Amino acid sequence: MKNTRTGPKAAWSAHAALLPMGITVLVAYVVSILWTIRISFSTSKMLPKSDWAGGLQYVNLFTSDRWSTAMINVALFGLFFISGALIIGFLLAVFIDQKVRLEGVFRTIYLYSFAISFVACGVVWQWMFNPQLGIQRSLRAWGWEDARFDWITTQDMAIYCVVIAVLWHSSGLVMAILLAGLRGVDEEQWKAARIEGVPRWRYYMSIVLPQLGAAVGTAVVLLAVSVVKIFDAVVAMTNGGPGDATDVPAKFIMDNLFERQNIGLASAASTTMLVTVLIIIAPLMYVRSRANAAGGH
Amino acid sequence: MTTATSATLASPVRRSVRPSAKIFRPARLGIYAFLVSAALFFLVPLYVMGITSIKPMDEIRMGNIFAFPVALTFEPWATAWSSACTGLQCNGISVGFWNSMRILVPSLVLSVFLGSLNGYALAFWRVKWANWAFSILMLGAFIPYPVMLYPLVRMFASVNMFQSIPNIVLIHTVFGMPIMTLLFRNYYAGLPIELFKAARIDGGGFWRIYFNLMVPMSLPIFVVATIMQTTGIWNDFILGLIFAGRDNYPITVQLNNIINSTQGEKIYNVNMAATLLTSMVPLVVYFVSGRWFVRGIAAGAVKG
Repeated sequence: MKNTRTGPKAAWSAHAALLPMGITVLVAYVVSILWTIRISFSTSKMLPKSDWAGGLQYVNLFTSDRWSTAMINVALFGLFFISGALIIGFLLAVFIDQKVRLEGVFRTIYLYSFAISFVACGVVWQWMFNPQLGIQRSLRAWGWEDARFDWITTQDMAIYCVVIAVLWHSSGLVMAILLAGLRGVDEEQWKAARIEGVPRWRYYMSIVLPQLGAAVGTAVVLLAVSVVKIFDAVVAMTNGGPGDATDVPAKFIMDNLFERQNIGLASAASTTMLVTVLIIIAPLMYVRSRANAAGGH
Repeated sequence: MTTATSATLASPVRRSVRPSAKIFRPARLGIYAFLVSAALFFLVPLYVMGITSIKPMDEIRMGNIFAFPVALTFEPWATAWSSACTGLQCNGISVGFWNSMRILVPSLVLSVFLGSLNGYALAFWRVKWANWAFSILMLGAFIPYPVMLYPLVRMFASVNMFQSIPNIVLIHTVFGMPIMTLLFRNYYAGLPIELFKAARIDGGGFWRIYFNLMVPMSLPIFVVATIMQTTGIWNDFILGLIFAGRDNYPITVQLNNIINSTQGEKIYNVNMAATLLTSMVPLVVYFVSGRWFVRGIAAGAVKG
């Protein structure tokens, strides 16, 4: 990007036109984030205070049972959701890439759920998982008399209901990203591999997959960020329950901000969330800056 | 990596012509079996939503969630639209629908316009501080909303704007800015610089080049941006919940209230009709726009 285009010395209009962006960045992003970090080091309860409490809120946070439950939940959710979405997305992309008929129809079906809101997604799956009237009863009606599918009301299993619902919502995204990556892989390699007697699945695992590195990385980052953010789907589907079985960090923060009037604690949780996201995207930024330095554009 | 990826992502076209109909091998059958069962997994919730929304409640209570209705009824749709209850008010999801429209239109216009303006200025004009701001903006795209929520609440409250339509419109503009700016900047950066230079030599100023040259040249990106922002803003929940105010709750918040605040027995057919009504706008956008929607995802992916 640099050096290849040297725009004219900026006219005043250019400065003026970029002013809304400048103000947005400064106020909505920089000041807001710094302010949240500052509050996290105060004793703020209902209103923000400007005293200094050191790491008190962080001690409270990390000794809070609810926060550790939320962290464990989001870790479990993240693990199963990211690996699930990658596997499903990769399989869908590979199978679609076999020059099948009706490719467009399949692609459209796999991606439509991504257009729907997380709230609607949570609502539908809440209904399907309903232990009295949902899938469980259908299974019994079809002759599996003692079928049990009451995960959504079971402490240990409810989080997996959220995993399934969000997998339904977002796996298509991974499919779309990886399919685009697959279309960039040179097909001559398969001809060569076939002559060597390499089976089709081996070809995909050992030859194609390594070439999809960038696409997989993109997918992982997008999925990981959506894991940290998860909120709507949980609120609509279980509202954090049963008990706190599906509590997540964003819900912890929202409750403490707007219901429990515990701004300081919520800000400490927000700051922790911020650090987590930075840790997730730092490698990506590093790779990109190196690519740019190498004159990659 | 950006341009290369976006080019391939943007047009997932068929690479080569399908080989002339081969003999049907078992492996092909396996491929189709997998694709069809995956399609079923994706379609089942839509089917269940649809089927539940046209069943009378007694059939829902007695029957099978997957079974076709015996006595078809469209009353749940009418109820969901105009008389389902959210808490104490029973005016249906239509209230949320129109609220969402009132939020969507100005947010869409403002965020797409600013995105294209930023993109154009960043790609062609040398404004040093703006490149810094842009880098921070790109980082900001990844920061979860809760990190910025409370300070924003305080700021808007301090100017008496908190929980109003202008408030939620500005919020959508702020949080849509990273992706919108990136989308347009990447597009304009891919245009030949000579085009811009020629316009300069012809005496075009900042605004004239923007309106007379850049906007007409980037109409496809405007379409992509509109699709992305329409689905994104329509599907938003958390921002509308906090910044829109009780009288302006968007449809997603209303849906959640209808589902989770009903007293007594849940009216599942009405709930499902309301869910479908909520999803109608993004679904129509998706099915009509097709490949354009995927281009939007590509732009989002480039962000990563």
